[in-house]
Amino acid sequence: MIVNAAVAIAESRIGRIGNSVYSGRSRAVIQRSYLAFRTSGWIVVATGFLEPVMYLFSFGYGVGKLIGDIEIAPGHFVSYAAFIAPALLATSAMNGAIYDATWNVFFKLRFDRIYQGMLTTSLGPLDVALGEIGWALLRGLLYSIAFMSIVALFGLITTPWALLAIPAAVLIAFGFASIGMAVTTYIKSFEQMNLVNIVMLPMFLFSGSFYPLTIYPDWLQLLIKSLPLWHGVVLIRSVSLGVINTSLIPHVIYFLAMIGIGLFITTKRLTKLFMR
Amino acid sequence: MAKGLTKKYLDFVAVNGIDFAVRRGESFGFLGPNGAGKSTTMRIIAATLTRSSGEIKILGKDPELSGPEIRAHLGVVPQQDNLDEALTVYDNLYIYGRYFGLSRKYIRTKIEELLEFAQLTEKRDAKVEALSGGMKRRLTIARALINEPEILMLDEPTTGLDPQARHILWDRLFRLKEQGVTLLITTHYMDEAEQLCDRLMVMDKGSIMAEDSPSELIKKYSTKEVLEVRFGSDRNSEISNQLHNLCERIELLPDRILLYADDAEKVLEEIRKAGMHPLTSLVRRSSLEDVFLRLTGRSLVE
Repeated sequence: MIVNAAVAIAESRIGRIGNSVYSGRSRAVIQRSYLAFRTSGWIVVATGFLEPVMYLFSFGYGVGKLIGDIEIAPGHFVSYAAFIAPALLATSAMNGAIYDATWNVFFKLRFDRIYQGMLTTSLGPLDVALGEIGWALLRGLLYSIAFMSIVALFGLITTPWALLAIPAAVLIAFGFASIGMAVTTYIKSFEQMNLVNIVMLPMFLFSGSFYPLTIYPDWLQLLIKSLPLWHGVVLIRSVSLGVINTSLIPHVIYFLAMIGIGLFITTKRLTKLFMR
Repeated sequence: MAKGLTKKYLDFVAVNGIDFAVRRGESFGFLGPNGAGKSTTMRIIAATLTRSSGEIKILGKDPELSGPEIRAHLGVVPQQDNLDEALTVYDNLYIYGRYFGLSRKYIRTKIEELLEFAQLTEKRDAKVEALSGGMKRRLTIARALINEPEILMLDEPTTGLDPQARHILWDRLFRLKEQGVTLLITTHYMDEAEQLCDRLMVMDKGSIMAEDSPSELIKKYSTKEVLEVRFGSDRNSEISNQLHNLCERIELLPDRILLYADDAEKVLEEIRKAGMHPLTSLVRRSSLEDVFLRLTGRSLVE
């Protein structure tokens, strides 16, 4: 038997848990995105970065002039721009992740047949899912660093803890990307893709991004608190303002759960779509 | 290799309990009309589709249990190219090697060899979108060879290509065969099957209709020669009744009559002697196409 290098590599993984869905090579999938991105991706990155910055200027400084400072805790006031900046970071982490995990994935899934090609190699569906999401996170990381630099430049950062906002944004992006990709595997047409937007926009507008949640009646507060973006906004807002305590743990767990569930469903669905 | 292999979908059976075996180094063809179950069978072999029942072993392994290892042995050329349109020719080959986990150094050397093989060296930095159909097909084949597969699976490799491109492809595939690569090919081109395959399996509606070498199939299911005569659409059926005893088998088509015989010239002479004068007549060797049509019928099934 001709034993080629690829066979030796695949055989070295025999017996590992999950070796039929995962080969430990999601990096190759990320690299594929990078190669494709090198030629055409810059426009998307530029817009992904500019969106939150423009919101920050128009609302933070424009509307902020009318509003004045916001009381975030008894006796603790911050400028309106500093109040919404963390929310904008959380939102842009969400939007970037969702864009990559829905539109990009949808296209590759239904039209480009790229995953089909990947899955005829010794890659598994979990490699594909992790690789695609990993790429979304790399971009999310890039956006976050750029956005935080702008925020710092305008003097909206008052504590070194705010650096934690960057890993927090990546965690949020991971959660949204995982769920987003899972949802995308069920979507069959462009029309259905619009449903994603219908969910995203209100979540952005009403999740306490622009004003404290306390202005809502209790039942509405509860509803918003069950949605992921609110957890993201609170998480990033807390670390940005240097409020680090155990109250953040539930938010982190919320996103870890999103990641776990999203990856599980995505792997199942890719297996079903391409192996059955 | 396969025993009682079956693939059922909700409302129909795509592959219905087929048995077959392919030897190492052999070039094996799956022949059949659209929807015969060829591609489904190929995908089960390629460990990208689970079977409903039956057994199958690829290189001694069950594709459902050892998917990644089996896929590492295979090169797959799907019916529709699924090249990465966003990447260049070179990057397509490179990243595919990376999917298998191959080292950068190995891939770089291998790519040069494959570009040469696929006659794409000059196109190495071109985007895939810009390639012609034939080039894309060659690139897909080159890509499938990046892991030096023992088995190359080609699903309708030359459908949609012009004659020049087809001949180049056949030549490349023949070279691979000489190097000892096992070829599994689906096709509905008879000339392709005759050119490339040592052995053929004719499938229809999920079942095997016949299995043998091309020449044996012709011997078994057809005669040496065929005589095609035309008497005009309205007279064909009337005359065909008188021709029955002149040949082994007769087939009446709307536009012509086919007479299967070992010596078609002689049959033609006898027809003329009997005072019947066909408008046109053609004596030809029996081909795989005759076998195919006999086994799978002439009506369109889609």
